[in-house]
Amino acid sequence: MTDHLLDIEHLSTYFYTEEGTVKAVDDVTLHVRPGETVCIVGESGCGKSITAMSIMGLQEPAGRVVNGRISLEGTDMLTLSKNAKRAIRGKEIAMIFQEPMSSLNPVLTIGQQIMEPLMEHLKLGKKEAKRRAIKLIEQVGISRAEQIAGSYPHELSGGMLQRIMIAIAISCKPKLLIADEPTTALDVTIQAQILDMLRQFKAESDMSILLITHDLGVVAEMADYVVVMYCGKVVEQGEVCELFEHPKHPYTQGLLKSKPILNQRQEELYSIPGQVPNPLELTESCYFHERCQHCMDICRVREPKLKNVGEDQQAACWLYEEEVLTHG
Amino acid sequence: MSSVSGNLAAGKAQSPPVKSSLWKQSFKRLRKNKLAMTGFIIVVIMFLACFIGPLFSPYTENQINMRIMNKAPNLKHWLGTDKLGRDVLIRVLLAGRISLTVGFAAMALSVIIGSLLGAIAGYYRGIVDQIIMRTADLLLTIPGLPLLFISGALLSAWKVPTDYRMYIVMLMLSLVGWPGLARMVRGELLSLREREFMQSTIVLGLRDRRKLFHHLLPNLAPLLIVIATLNIGGSILLESVLSFFGLGVIPPTPTWGNMIDSANNLIDFQERPWLWIPPGFCIFATVIAINLFGDGLRDVLDPKHKR
Repeated sequence: MTDHLLDIEHLSTYFYTEEGTVKAVDDVTLHVRPGETVCIVGESGCGKSITAMSIMGLQEPAGRVVNGRISLEGTDMLTLSKNAKRAIRGKEIAMIFQEPMSSLNPVLTIGQQIMEPLMEHLKLGKKEAKRRAIKLIEQVGISRAEQIAGSYPHELSGGMLQRIMIAIAISCKPKLLIADEPTTALDVTIQAQILDMLRQFKAESDMSILLITHDLGVVAEMADYVVVMYCGKVVEQGEVCELFEHPKHPYTQGLLKSKPILNQRQEELYSIPGQVPNPLELTESCYFHERCQHCMDICRVREPKLKNVGEDQQAACWLYEEEVLTHG
Repeated sequence: MSSVSGNLAAGKAQSPPVKSSLWKQSFKRLRKNKLAMTGFIIVVIMFLACFIGPLFSPYTENQINMRIMNKAPNLKHWLGTDKLGRDVLIRVLLAGRISLTVGFAAMALSVIIGSLLGAIAGYYRGIVDQIIMRTADLLLTIPGLPLLFISGALLSAWKVPTDYRMYIVMLMLSLVGWPGLARMVRGELLSLREREFMQSTIVLGLRDRRKLFHHLLPNLAPLLIVIATLNIGGSILLESVLSFFGLGVIPPTPTWGNMIDSANNLIDFQERPWLWIPPGFCIFATVIAINLFGDGLRDVLDPKHKR
């Protein structure tokens, strides 16, 4: 376990609403090794963002981590004191959000906002922080950094703001960068630039990235390891090439099938039939059974566990459980 | 990064040609608002007159001269003299010093107390919020004017020296002023703290103090400036009212309010209008000017009040 940077074990984050308990994240286990990019994929509402937020403690106060362990290099993030948590946030773990436009304070200049973590975590003086801030702006590929440092968020475009967010995130050289759909709000040409940049910084500083996305194109481009989530559970995970070539879980197969392929005319783009079930009405079963074309009797009454289905690949599906049974 | 993306970024950065801060833009717009600028000029003139004017006067405020009692305005005494032969002009100007100082100081105090307590209540919620806001509610349930009258009467009963009364009046006015302000600040803060950029500050691991004073309060600056400006007018009026009833700053220290009060009899009222018209006009002009300026500021700074 010591070679892992981040260990999430049996994490469960529940939201207690008036209608009942929503198990937004249910018994999720995943690991991030140093220098590795792990992607969490899934439809909207499958708990991928909540998983990331639980690492940072952002699910509070609406959501509660009811079970599990999140440890960064062996230190348990959930039991830390408020101050100790604060010292880790921004320094060891940084995070960028989906909407760069609203993630920056509208009344502070870009420069001021980049300087803040530098002054807080690295205890730099104002002058030194300012110098570093301008250097960081240059690093994320924005020219005339000095001028940009003095301007306000509303004066910049979304793409530039996301670069600024990255500059802020990497300012203290974090060990782990959590990127929650960092390119969803940007247009496609900028997306590629942002992803390039993330890859470049990762290579330079040996930082790990936990990337949350619903875009399989982004996954293919960035990931070393993929975690597929559905209804708050991990349904399949594996090394990226293996998973893309031999998807085992019907949900992963569906996701991959519904991705448009360039230069291939399809009559109609495939989509997985049905909808994500209401998280309040879940009973013990495979949560995907209503939409699954291989649905068996057992799928409706019992929940499958993650099983090894390849060299470095696990899936939670009764199809493979039976295989194991018949072979063994 | 490839040079292509660098060029792209450079092309985009062209849009803000000169560094134009939000404040500069606002002041540009404010300068176009004639009413507000008129108000601003009147306030400035009033300040200059009250704080610099007396230096050029040959008289002092309490220089009694029984030979020239109750003289109408003339060349020597531009606004005449009162029943003790004191120059009315110098008294009006010095009274202005006190009234303006009390107005500004009371405003500053209530803005500081109100925004601080409101911000703390809105940011921390829970028990702190309860204690602060219930105290504010309690103060709001007691009508302000009677409260001021009672405390003014107490000051008189305890024979507080006149020099101190000015400061105590400031405190009293801010005590009445802060609860409303705290409520407004708290309300704004409750919505601000849920904004996404506040999540970013959590993620960056910033301290509470920094989040509150560096991220949240600057967002309230426009609101606070507008409230503060309008608050000055109110404070000056309240002080005048108190002094008029002899419960604020009391003679011989002149304020606009107690100058009108000293002309509070039929003969002075009918025969010697120079005793009460000048201080009355000063109150009127100052308060109207400040309110005009405040309204102008609101139009410029507060996007929610666009006409």
